[in-house]
Amino acid sequence: MASSRFCEVQQAPPIEVFAVSKAFTDSTHEKKVNLSVGAYRTDEGKPWVLPVVRKVEQELAADNTLNHEYLPILGLEAFSTAAAKMLLGATHPAITGGRVTAVQTLSGTGGLRVAAEFLGRVLKYNTAYHSAPTWGNHNLIFKQAGFTNIAPYRYWDGGKRGLNFDGMIEDLSNAPENSVIILHACAHNPTGVDPTQEQWKKIADVMEKRKLFPLFDSAYQGFASGDLDNDAWAVRYFAERGFEMMGTQSFSKNFGLYNERIGNLMVVVKDTACIVPMKSQLTLLVRGSYSNPPCHGARIVSRVLNDPALFEEWKGCIRTMSGRIIEMRKGLRERLEKLGTPGTWDHITAQIGMFSFTGLTAAQAKHIADKYHIFLLSSGRINMCGITTGNIDHVAEAINDAVCNITN
Amino acid sequence: MALTPVRTINNLIKNTTPSLYHVAARANSWWSGVEMGPPDAILGVTEAFKRDTNPKKMNLGVGAYRDDSGKPFVLPSVRKAEELILSQKLDKEYLPISGNAEFCKKAIGLALGDDHPALTDGLNVTVQGISGTGALRIGSTFLSKFFPGPKTVWLPAPTWGNHVPIFKHVNMDVQQYRYYDPNTCGFNFTGALEDIRKIPENSLIMLHACAHNPTGVDPKDEHWDELSKVIKERKLLPFFDMAYQGFASGDVAKDAYAVRKFLADGHKICLSQSFSKNMGLYGERAGAFSIICNDKDEAARVLSQVKILIRPLYSNPPLHGSRIVATILNTPELHSIWLNDVKGIIFPSSKQFNMAERCEGHNFSLFLNSSIWLNDVKGMADRIIAMRSKLKANLEKEGSVRNWTHITEQIGMFCFTGMTPQQVEKLTKEHSVYLTKDGRISVAGIASTNVDYLAHAMHQVTK
Repeated sequence: MASSRFCEVQQAPPIEVFAVSKAFTDSTHEKKVNLSVGAYRTDEGKPWVLPVVRKVEQELAADNTLNHEYLPILGLEAFSTAAAKMLLGATHPAITGGRVTAVQTLSGTGGLRVAAEFLGRVLKYNTAYHSAPTWGNHNLIFKQAGFTNIAPYRYWDGGKRGLNFDGMIEDLSNAPENSVIILHACAHNPTGVDPTQEQWKKIADVMEKRKLFPLFDSAYQGFASGDLDNDAWAVRYFAERGFEMMGTQSFSKNFGLYNERIGNLMVVVKDTACIVPMKSQLTLLVRGSYSNPPCHGARIVSRVLNDPALFEEWKGCIRTMSGRIIEMRKGLRERLEKLGTPGTWDHITAQIGMFSFTGLTAAQAKHIADKYHIFLLSSGRINMCGITTGNIDHVAEAINDAVCNITN
Repeated sequence: MALTPVRTINNLIKNTTPSLYHVAARANSWWSGVEMGPPDAILGVTEAFKRDTNPKKMNLGVGAYRDDSGKPFVLPSVRKAEELILSQKLDKEYLPISGNAEFCKKAIGLALGDDHPALTDGLNVTVQGISGTGALRIGSTFLSKFFPGPKTVWLPAPTWGNHVPIFKHVNMDVQQYRYYDPNTCGFNFTGALEDIRKIPENSLIMLHACAHNPTGVDPKDEHWDELSKVIKERKLLPFFDMAYQGFASGDVAKDAYAVRKFLADGHKICLSQSFSKNMGLYGERAGAFSIICNDKDEAARVLSQVKILIRPLYSNPPLHGSRIVATILNTPELHSIWLNDVKGIIFPSSKQFNMAERCEGHNFSLFLNSSIWLNDVKGMADRIIAMRSKLKANLEKEGSVRNWTHITEQIGMFCFTGMTPQQVEKLTKEHSVYLTKDGRISVAGIASTNVDYLAHAMHQVTK
């Protein structure tokens, strides 16, 4: 029997976040806690399908005029337009000036991939920078899209558990022209540390001077502070400054539509004449990758964004989710300070969004998993949503134990 | 807000010399070098169709099924499955990278037979893809990285246009083997064998499992048997694209003959499946990509690498469509209804039988035994076969002396009419009938109300 073509295929390394989540699922410990994968949980530790989403799904199902026909290659236009307006604000000069175009994508990942393919294949850029650290998939996406030079810019300051602003500015100042700079619009993943408005202004100064290309990854609009406009400040500021830029949007978290893969790629241009050729090139990229995007999630989001009453209802849901997270941040910090856990813990409440870079080491994370069956990433990142009033004491105790007793 | 220097200059130019402003704006822009891309041959046809104001216009371009009123058809089995799913109030958590496990199991089970030894032995890697295109792209990406043979795919001539970019985007080469014989409007069996015999050993060959797109020309079973032998002799890796299982003949097993024969003959195939057509789930993007491996260990290794490639594409696939497919294939009553939907006659509008009754267990044996009741799948295939017959008959009635037997001999959604690009252009310009330049029509787009109009128009441009 001829040996197989694929016998040389090596086992690939597991992707950490899914491996850790699996370890949680496999664990039979009654007090286990999953602080790894980034998905919202209620205070009962359950996934939450937003009531407004269930309502809209019922409406869609009852609507016999709807069918399952192909969407256009670039997706549902009503969705994309509304999503872009949500990010930039409906009255933003770029929008009213017709200088914004947007296409539906396979959630945030899909948007980043289409953006990277366009920037790489059509504009022939080959250099991209991402924050150190960043979401694990950023690097892989740009690599697969053909970027040959992918480098980090300093971001997380482990010492002060905040932003290494000077390091970031220095690295951006040294980036070559036409480098694509991946920026987290808000609620930085994994650190939870966002630049202040003053810092964003200085970042914009450097990027303008060095002719760097801003690519905003917006996966948490509304989810961070509870306020859509607040969370979009940086993106809107850059657009107002006159940058040409791209912004990817995910509706996985803020709509709880994780598995429907609904996202948007927004482009701001200087010259409206560029939009048609650009869309034709995006069309070719999408066609050769998946032909056209799935309609279910797009319909839900479009319905909500385009209906004032549903929109208000949804904003209420966002406030619920972000509110609970902020509560848990407060509660965790209080308990750690009460326990006298060595170190400072104000970064837990200073950080924003779903994640917190606790500062825990890989060894400490392992100890917590082994002894307490509380699962987090080796980077020390925890998903605040995994914390509930029911387990917050247990989590605080585990962190305290690890910090006190595991020093390597 | 204070203007930056660049904006001041631009405003000055804009106000004094508008054309210069645009040049300056373009020079300042990142995108000024972006060339206009060519319009998509197939989807561009629909755009043109939409702009046409002729009330008699027909869209025979894109391959989407239409009922006899020319309307999109949501399968009754799909509607019922959606109701079931909604009532279960399931969550919306991320699927695994490889997708909905139930869906993957049932999808490959549909292709091979649920109890195929390759499946019971765990030799298959099956992952959910963004419909057929996405499944093919996962395949091409994996092969471009891990296929030890030449990084070239051999495609039938002609083939679905999108096959080419799917492979070219991952830096693979494309070559062709003869397939369609324009003289007979049929399968060029000798030509295909000749060309395949010359393909370098250990290469990758793509095959349409059934209902070839765009020609509608399928090899007969005996042809497949011979192709399997030759492909084995050349040690080629067969990659089957199966987008029409059930939709071609109305029988899911029959339409999977080639795939199953190749497996029986010992080939370790790659397979992409689409549920766009056979379940009418076009916009929900339900598809699957499979590789049949040597053993479980190899399957595990291959799966791990496939997942690494999916993650930077879109992380994990959309749930909705896959849930519908899994529900239908897992629920015997729905499965049967679906088979009929695909094969059979359009549900009578007399309302003698309603949905609830069709699904009630106690009515079911009556349902199955009744000759009136054919399922959704059979319904679609049969309507298409009926349209083929009517078109050919009407052409003959018009007095056409051309040979149109290929219309009824070809199978599936499409028909390669044999019309030239010039005739196609005339058909569109003068009769508002929209189709692709290669003379391909989507038979699903023909209705009993306009088949005579089409026949008349076709005769006018070909006589």
